[in-house]
Amino acid sequence: MSTSTTPTGFHESTPVPGPGSREAAHRRLVAGLLQRQGAALVFLAVMAVAWIVFPGFGTTGNLRTLALQSSFLAVIALGMTLVIISGGIDLSVGSVYALGGVLAAYGSRWGFFGALLLPLAVCGLIGLVNGLLVARTAMAPFIATLATLLFARGLLLAITGEGATTYKIDNDQVFLEIGRGVLFGVGYPVYITLALFVAGGVLLRRTRFGQALFATGGSESSAVLMGLPVARTKIMVYVLSGLLAGFSGAMTAAYLQSGVTVIGVGTELDAIAAVVIGGTLLTGGAGTVIGTLFGVLLRNVIQNIINQIGTLDGNFQSVVSGAFLLVVVVVQRTLSRGRR
Amino acid sequence: MDEPVLEVVEVSKEFPGVRALDRVSFRLRPGEVHALVGENGAGKSTLIKVLTGVHRPDGGRLLRDGRPVVFGTPIQAQRAGISTIYQEVNLVPLMSIAQNVFLGREPRGPLGLISRSRMHAMAADLLAGYGVTEDVRRPLGSLGVGAQQMVALARAVSVDARVVIMDEPTSSLEPREVETLFEVIGRLHRQGIAILYVSHRLDELYRICDRVTVLRDGKLVHTGPLADLDRLALVSMMLGREIGDVRDHGVTGFGEDGHAAAETLLRAEDLVSRHRLAGVSVTVRAGEIVGLAGLLGSGRSETARAIFGALPLDSGAVVLAGKTVRTGSTSAAISAGMAMLAEDRKADGIIPNLSVRENIVLAALPRLSRYGLVSRAKQDKIVDIFVERLRIKISSPEQKVSELSGGNQQKVLLARWLCTRPTVMLLDEPTRGIDVGAKAEVRKLIDELAAEGMGVLLISSDMEELIEGADRLMVLRDGAIVGDLRGDQVTEGNVLAALAHHEGDADE
Repeated sequence: MSTSTTPTGFHESTPVPGPGSREAAHRRLVAGLLQRQGAALVFLAVMAVAWIVFPGFGTTGNLRTLALQSSFLAVIALGMTLVIISGGIDLSVGSVYALGGVLAAYGSRWGFFGALLLPLAVCGLIGLVNGLLVARTAMAPFIATLATLLFARGLLLAITGEGATTYKIDNDQVFLEIGRGVLFGVGYPVYITLALFVAGGVLLRRTRFGQALFATGGSESSAVLMGLPVARTKIMVYVLSGLLAGFSGAMTAAYLQSGVTVIGVGTELDAIAAVVIGGTLLTGGAGTVIGTLFGVLLRNVIQNIINQIGTLDGNFQSVVSGAFLLVVVVVQRTLSRGRR
Repeated sequence: MDEPVLEVVEVSKEFPGVRALDRVSFRLRPGEVHALVGENGAGKSTLIKVLTGVHRPDGGRLLRDGRPVVFGTPIQAQRAGISTIYQEVNLVPLMSIAQNVFLGREPRGPLGLISRSRMHAMAADLLAGYGVTEDVRRPLGSLGVGAQQMVALARAVSVDARVVIMDEPTSSLEPREVETLFEVIGRLHRQGIAILYVSHRLDELYRICDRVTVLRDGKLVHTGPLADLDRLALVSMMLGREIGDVRDHGVTGFGEDGHAAAETLLRAEDLVSRHRLAGVSVTVRAGEIVGLAGLLGSGRSETARAIFGALPLDSGAVVLAGKTVRTGSTSAAISAGMAMLAEDRKADGIIPNLSVRENIVLAALPRLSRYGLVSRAKQDKIVDIFVERLRIKISSPEQKVSELSGGNQQKVLLARWLCTRPTVMLLDEPTRGIDVGAKAEVRKLIDELAAEGMGVLLISSDMEELIEGADRLMVLRDGAIVGDLRGDQVTEGNVLAALAHHEGDADE
């Protein structure tokens, strides 16, 4: 047995490039900052400008409305953040959101718990179906959740007689408080949303489930080989997404005092946009809930500003969001290439 | 004698059409470093996957400390104390170093929440023993591949492993990192942890391994102390060739070279690609078939791919018919007159749902078209010529390629490249996976092409094919040429000798 072996000449003649030039490192740093905090930075800049330019913007009333309006989308986008970090996508949330609202209104005839639990049960179940399809049958999340999008929207139309019946919530004041209650001048939904985001952040960063989520999205085959419960994690994340969308629907119903059937069309795309603008990688494996929160706020602030201008078509909001989304995706692309 | 910590008893595994493992048995004793070797298709990867719970064996048993175990998933194998580090680092690049070490078993504090500070401290502590001193909060992807491999190793060992399987752990390490790895292996050895070490680098095996198990074609060929086998015997076993009376043949001097006078078509000079090629030079003359021999991972395919521009080079030059070809670009190589038949024809070659005609004319389309329109008549003519010349058996040129046998698919690919009128062809395993009759035909075709003045670079794991087919053989090991055999020197004994020996190693 030879003990005097030197490493083969192979290695010695191989040039060893340094760990990347300083310039590249600098570029990566800027890109990383833009990626993670881009939404927050742009949000603050836009806020500052709007505050100065539009007298109507900085008023307490306007800011309250802004915060309240952002809450409903933010809760949906929170679930979407988790799904996207896991490497998936959930297109069903817009329909599930609307369905949640109708079910809450429908269930309010059985009191507070009926109004709250009926949407959560059904929407959680839809999420479970999504999760099982994605995790157990290896169906593409895009397809699986597109199917449940149609399913949820169909169910909604069926129970409302194609939208002809609108269920009102008038006999349960406690449930209405969820959407209409006010504390220190700020609506309950804002507090609920903040609480959910804190919980979401803890879930992501401080629990094994959260870590498994990042690992699954970051490299699924590695996660499997490391012995992580990949399938269970995926199922859980779609259930959470369904629950959050359904809850947001219930909260909206409480706010509007009825189950409105026409909401939620295309909301899944708004949620995805907010998540991506918030710095979560669309390819999975990286992201933050706080980024998503700023993504949602940014979208609504731009909408609000366009309303302030008044003369501008409201559709310009989409134009601005779309442009910003493009920038973010390009930055993400550059960043992930820098990593390779 | 120590009780085996892990015993594999008559394990078999079958995949559609292949018997990947055929009643393989071997034992792993505590504290030993056990080499697992074999060529392509020997069954090493399948065996590893059976041991790690990725595949379930069709037959046979696994005994862990003498007790039968069944692994349905990787986590079950890990719980039984069997950890694996794979050739490709199987960690999550976007997550931090510490997170990667502790994924799935993070230290938890009050409320069951992960304690980040403790996790970071523990990770830093652990990794210091593996020569990784970077900030553990950095993303894993920011580390070099070698350091990532060390993190993988730290993770694998720290889960209370009794058995650590290492699949080509050094293939992407720098020499310094290899030393660290060997130190760690020495430490594990002293702790009584058994190591199953898979590598093609003989030097490494002889340096650190106590025993060896050789697999070939899914069957166990040999298992026993490594010191009882010299390099030549080991290589012969891996390749399944007889040693005969060829020991210690010198590989110097020049044999008869029938092509010495012919014009040099291809000259590749000093090709260097990090971790893959360490300065390979090859020349091919008109009408010459130059074979590349070497064990798995020696850089044969890489050499061909580098010449063809499919592998980025750190340095080196490729000259075709006197003109320098831009490296790193396959289109430059093709327009210079090269053609390459890739190793995996399913992945890199045929388009199964297109017809024979469409597959053949694909590469020649630019030449056949005018104003962006492709003349069907010209296509048909070309296809007819090649179908006849290469004796491709088809019912009609419109038949789907996926319906053809492997041999005929290979001929279709060959025809596609011949359409481009190459002066040099690079053939990587042209007869793999095709039946015996078709093999002979493809070999005959290669000879015919060479006879017409084409230069051929031939790669094959089939020693016979190389020795009978090639006029000249270059032997590769660890990304460098270690033997250059011409004419009469092209014999099995000389090839084996070149594969097994290396400079300054006269004692073996």
